[in-house]
Amino acid sequence: MKKKAVFVNILLICFAILSIILAVGIGPVSVSPVVTAKVLFSKLPILGNLIAQTWDAVSENIIMNLRLPRVLLGFVVGASLSVCGVAMQAMTRNNLADPFVLGVSSGAASFATLGMLFGAFSFLGIYSLSVSAFLGAAVTTVLVYVLSRVRGRINVTQLLLSGVAVSMIMDGITSIIKLSAPNALGLHSAEFWMSGSLAGAKWAYLGLPALVLVLCMAFLMLNHRGLNILLLGDESAVSLGVNVAGLQKGLVLVASLMAGATVAVSGTIGFVGLMVPHFTRLLVGSDHRRVLPVSALLGGVLVVWVDVAARLLIAPEELPVGVLTALIGGPVFIVLLRKSNREKR
Amino acid sequence: MRLEVKNLCYSYDESNAIKDVSFSVARGEFVGIIGPNGGGKSTVLKNVYRALNPDRGEILLDNENVHKMPYKKSARKMAVVGQENDLPFDFTVEEIVAMGRSPQKRLFDIDTAQDRHMVHHALEHLGLENSHKRSYQSLSGGEKQRVILARAVCSECDFFVLDEPTNHLDISYQLEIFDFIKRLNITVLAAIHDLNMAALYCDRLYVMKGGEIVLSGTPEEVLTPENIFDIYGVYSKVTKNPENGKLSISYFSGHSKKGT
Repeated sequence: MKKKAVFVNILLICFAILSIILAVGIGPVSVSPVVTAKVLFSKLPILGNLIAQTWDAVSENIIMNLRLPRVLLGFVVGASLSVCGVAMQAMTRNNLADPFVLGVSSGAASFATLGMLFGAFSFLGIYSLSVSAFLGAAVTTVLVYVLSRVRGRINVTQLLLSGVAVSMIMDGITSIIKLSAPNALGLHSAEFWMSGSLAGAKWAYLGLPALVLVLCMAFLMLNHRGLNILLLGDESAVSLGVNVAGLQKGLVLVASLMAGATVAVSGTIGFVGLMVPHFTRLLVGSDHRRVLPVSALLGGVLVVWVDVAARLLIAPEELPVGVLTALIGGPVFIVLLRKSNREKR
Repeated sequence: MRLEVKNLCYSYDESNAIKDVSFSVARGEFVGIIGPNGGGKSTVLKNVYRALNPDRGEILLDNENVHKMPYKKSARKMAVVGQENDLPFDFTVEEIVAMGRSPQKRLFDIDTAQDRHMVHHALEHLGLENSHKRSYQSLSGGEKQRVILARAVCSECDFFVLDEPTNHLDISYQLEIFDFIKRLNITVLAAIHDLNMAALYCDRLYVMKGGEIVLSGTPEEVLTPENIFDIYGVYSKVTKNPENGKLSISYFSGHSKKGT
């Protein structure tokens, strides 16, 4: 199992690099993968000097300023959403938890729009959106978690229903703002917030979500034993030396940070955090030491390719990425729901 | 004294579940808590292993207040064998057993050869060495309980708390699990339902009823037909088994005070 996991990781890293190179080339103006690879490698220190410039400035401009930030942002967003899903599933001990299903993404989106409407946190400059999205994510995570705890245990029905209710309330708030103060949404349309998009990605958007991903990933990897043990239930977890209340607070914080940071740059892209951990567990088992890195890679690759499809399917128009992930993820969710009901019987 | 519980009080919501309970377990002793359902056996144990926080009173483990220790420290001192866990995701037997090593590990520690050795040792001890890659969810109740016991064994604790671990198991597994624990020669505090099991394995017994300790002593002192009638309201006959010198309790049907 251990060797297999290392193999899966190496394979996925290669696949991820390949995906990024290919995805950068695909679009209204296509650039060949060889040229893309050359441009990218020429930007690397030391190695870059060895590559002779054989491409035109337009291609380089498209690659470096339009496509690459978008593809990388897609990767970071996908990885964050997947890891966020893993964290929420450990916290609720349930494989149906996901930032979108539980309404956390909607919460982040509506707080972000509220933040823009009232100009809260505007002193934080480009990070103001992320901060209000984080607050929204944290508020909804805590709300849904508290609502679904019945006598100390998470009740699945309660969890899903409170997720639906909270996400409808939050989407309602976003819609009201959209209708009453359309200009308050600024650069992003209401559609962006509710169905997600990576269009208009800039290098400046990339830093914060990437940093949040790295930090949260580090926290989760350090606590991988605790995450495994948390799945045994609170009583067993305490007897195995896990500070349950402390770890759960950490998970709420980590999940909210990742959901907030991604929603601020890409709107609500649904079901990634649900699908990816599920397929990861099929691949490498349930041990979080393996689940975390593999689902980060898998999630990044998935969103990169779904975004390519979103660009191509109705070109020159673009589909919102969230619409596509919902089309793929919805059926997966239904299958999982049916499966979890069968197991209970 | 290994474990000392002093004036423990605990209540779920309004009702008093545990009223002023005090008892102790000496090093190397096998102490059982018996009593009717809802008498507070499990609640007391949950307070001891920190699944619940006491309202009042002190629980001292090696003369130190359990509830003031870091969780890792208390987990290094006592291992809990409760009822089998239901898991939302599938783990292998080996992964579940390896969780018993967690209290020994600090934040940045990786799994060492020593950890793998202990896991293997525990698996071997319980005859699980050939099923270490099997999925935990696919095991039967008795096999799951063995895995939980292996998890406690590989934690290297010499104090086990047994929270009614064998309630739902057939007699062969019940004997197997208790025999195994007895052979470890460690200190044990166990909540036990079956009086014959209690008589067979325990050095001392406490009887809990209505959230209080109403009786204590050796199995011979506690398990008399009169006491059993007082505790459970059933008529019984207690004999000494000439083979092993242990008490054996048989019950009479139809003579219960409750009319069952």
